[in-house]
Amino acid sequence: MTGTEGPALLRVRDLKTYFVTEQGKGTARAVDDVSFDLYPGETLGIVGESGCGKTVTSLSILRLVPEPPGHILPGSVIEFEGRNLLALAAPELRAVRGNQIAMIFQEPMTSLNPVFTVGDQIAEAAIVHQHLSRKAARARAIEMLQLVGIPDPKERVDHYPHQLSGGMRQRVMIAMALVCHPKVLIADEPTTALDVTIQAQILELLDRLQNELGMAVLLITHDLGVVAGHADRVVVMYAGRVVETAPTSGLFEQPTHPYTEGLLAAVPRIDAPRSRLHAIPGQVPAATAWPTGCRFHPRCPYAWDKCVTQEPPQLETGAPGHTARCWLVTEPERRQAKR
Amino acid sequence: MTLVDVRDLVKHYAGERRWFGLGRPAAAVRAVDGVSFAIASGKTLGLVGESGSGKTTVGRTMLRLQEPTAGKVLFEENDVFALDATRLRALRRRMQIVFQDPYSSLNPRMTVEETLREPLEIHGLSGAVPALLDEVGLDAAFAKRYPHELSGGQRQRVGIARALSVEPKFVVCDEPVSALDVSVQAQVLNLLADLQTRRRLTYLFIAHDLAVVRHIADDVAVMYLGKIVERAPAAEIYAQPRHPYTRALLSAVPEPNPRASKQRIVLAGDIPSPAHPPSGCPFHPRCPHPLKSERCHTEPPPLREITPGHLAACHYAEKPM
Amino acid sequence: MRLGNWLALFVALVLAAEIARLTRQRALRRERWRRFFKHRTTSWGLGILAFLAIVALAAPLVAPFGPGDQLGIVDLRNHPPSWAFVLGTDVLSRDVWSRVAWGARVSLGIGALGALVAVSLGTLVGATAGYYSRWVDALLMRGVDVGLALPRIFILLMAVALWDGLPFAALVLAIGLTSWLGTSRLVRAEVLSLREREFVVAARALGAKTGRVIFRHVLPNAAAPIIVSAALGVGNVLLLEASLSFLGIGVAPPDPSWGSIIAEGASTIYTAPWTILFPGLAISLVVMSLNAVADGLRDALDPREEAA
Repeated sequence: MTGTEGPALLRVRDLKTYFVTEQGKGTARAVDDVSFDLYPGETLGIVGESGCGKTVTSLSILRLVPEPPGHILPGSVIEFEGRNLLALAAPELRAVRGNQIAMIFQEPMTSLNPVFTVGDQIAEAAIVHQHLSRKAARARAIEMLQLVGIPDPKERVDHYPHQLSGGMRQRVMIAMALVCHPKVLIADEPTTALDVTIQAQILELLDRLQNELGMAVLLITHDLGVVAGHADRVVVMYAGRVVETAPTSGLFEQPTHPYTEGLLAAVPRIDAPRSRLHAIPGQVPAATAWPTGCRFHPRCPYAWDKCVTQEPPQLETGAPGHTARCWLVTEPERRQAKR
Repeated sequence: MTLVDVRDLVKHYAGERRWFGLGRPAAAVRAVDGVSFAIASGKTLGLVGESGSGKTTVGRTMLRLQEPTAGKVLFEENDVFALDATRLRALRRRMQIVFQDPYSSLNPRMTVEETLREPLEIHGLSGAVPALLDEVGLDAAFAKRYPHELSGGQRQRVGIARALSVEPKFVVCDEPVSALDVSVQAQVLNLLADLQTRRRLTYLFIAHDLAVVRHIADDVAVMYLGKIVERAPAAEIYAQPRHPYTRALLSAVPEPNPRASKQRIVLAGDIPSPAHPPSGCPFHPRCPHPLKSERCHTEPPPLREITPGHLAACHYAEKPM
Repeated sequence: MRLGNWLALFVALVLAAEIARLTRQRALRRERWRRFFKHRTTSWGLGILAFLAIVALAAPLVAPFGPGDQLGIVDLRNHPPSWAFVLGTDVLSRDVWSRVAWGARVSLGIGALGALVAVSLGTLVGATAGYYSRWVDALLMRGVDVGLALPRIFILLMAVALWDGLPFAALVLAIGLTSWLGTSRLVRAEVLSLREREFVVAARALGAKTGRVIFRHVLPNAAAPIIVSAALGVGNVLLLEASLSFLGIGVAPPDPSWGSIIAEGASTIYTAPWTILFPGLAISLVVMSLNAVADGLRDALDPREEAA
């Protein structure tokens, strides 16, 4: 774990990714002005529920969003080691993907090609980016399988995805992503589709690999528990925007944005006695019709007239590295008037 | 008063036959391998397990949505497996099910109203659709909509309304919140709890998430590879789990608390396939218990009472990890 | 062609175009049907089919002569297309256009009815096999396998040999009875997968009887491939009928069907190619249009609409 000194490895500023929907429904502003930094060696958790834009954000970084119907608006900045990824030509972008920035996905069954062996798929990245010979690449693949903790790697390297369990497939995907020792790993809900005991294994593996390889991890998840245990800093997203950014302990101890508060109250806990869960009323609005002013105001227990008309900017809360997009930061006395 | 009594329920799926359906079948999948429990009226039993544990199969077989291989289920003194089709259909009113996937549990070609009216038609009940919608917290305007126009949480509410329309006494909730977002999950869990109080329902709550179960269950049973490995009142199982798998499961749940520096028990290896369960204790290959021995490899531990009301299937349950 | 016929033809064209346009307009309001018209070709297909259907229905109005009228056996044989005879005359001095128009009734009729029989039977067998699994399924499907292995034309030849001069209804039945096999496989596959869908299990859990489950829940959701298969099936039946007629065992002369017109014109293929060209064109147009419409249907009925 490193601190936030020094330059950011990945800088995202004012990212906007919009989708054109079928006639009559308008534009879906899935990611609507998102900014955050990722520092070397740290794990940044991006937390949010469905419809908040976190997956689209991760896809936008590597420009994997399908161009129609989606497009990244000009004015968005995605800087990796100082270079603007959005301005790169196709061959240069390809040199970054899989090589410097790698990505793993939620569903290992559909992310792995069923007709190629596991070894071939891992070796592919090595062949493409590092120009290894097939033999060397195969040896590399076996090494990677070992690294991610798959038993009998020399045999497994010739297995097909369907011969492996869900947890193993996810490990293979991690191996594929890490073959070229990328500096950044984007993990999009890597454990959501896995059983709880397997999830623990995979998260432990990711922690270990991060330490060994010294890479930065962008961990996208809806699970606050995962973020609590594995992220250094957290970004909370709602309705296409970042609503709160903080170091992990700061977020959980002093949640500032009402949405974060609501989420924390709604998560069922093992250590708490049986009780009624606090539910956030209402539901996530559609990306084609974000509410005016603060996007959370229709569901917020504190909202007052200012929240309906003026959208708050990211405001410093006073705690280091902790910002929140909420008027309560400037008018904390309003917290008393909770509905 | 016991409402549901399950005794030695077994469900095996025959393996694929080779030679175009005429040869000997391959190994059977022992999805449920001897499960017993009872639920008292008005209570909730949480049934917890991961993939391959057989929990969903228990729920469906209990309601005879699949024919069992062996065992007995007594519902209000009726032997569910011995009933003929007509009596079974009548009994279906009293035992219902809510499904996991809000996207496939509603007929995409029927409006909400049609979906809710159907059970009333089948059983010749009079009942108002708007009242049902209201009870699950949906506005009457939803009646004319199609499932694809609703969100996951809304669909799940319709599924619950559908189950309630026939006025059941017992509801099997098969992972009803697993596919929902956290905030919606809380809404639906609260709804289920409210309905239980208001209508005096009895639940079998199937889930893989121990934290969710904590908030709704009176008793908890943990399943692994088709067998119950531990069963106890909820408070006890969370405070003093006696089976190593339960411990590992509890430890693996990510807690939204950065300070919780747990000694996390991370199990090695994968969940074995129910078609090839290990010999002896099904959990022994992955078991981290320090006292694990040869006995675990050869002798399957019976589910026995360790302290009053608390059962565990482990040779070393008296000395938990 | 008399003026009246030209007028009737013009009306038919306009009517077909209007039907296509109005359908499109009304359809664009419902999401699902918007997808139907996403391909340009679908509108054309719909229009062409509408036009040919109108021609078939209004044959007495658009055709100047009867299908068997021999107009001048001495000097009007094998005339190329002209103002008097728009599609020319054949070897027996019959007006090709009139024959094609009247033949449309027979061909399209057999196509539609034959496909109806085939799809109905196929759905019945497929649904039964898919819903009641294990040995009912095995039995029925092995039967289907055997059926598919037998060459259709020979079976139909045998059927013809048993009847003397196949009446229209019997021909439709015979074609339908030999064409249902493919549909049954399709339906079985759909039903098999639908059977385990949670809303079907829910219906059973509510106490619904098997009939209700199949007709209310399973079949409506299996409708998409059935409908598409039906649309394509009409084309297949049409081609089959054409082949049969060409072989002389389909519709008996002098009743024209597009296939029999081609058969009778085969002998003059070099001297009067128009006698074959136009009925052949008609068959091709119908089959292509049906394919275009089936494409649209496939998109329209795609359960993508279920995606949130």
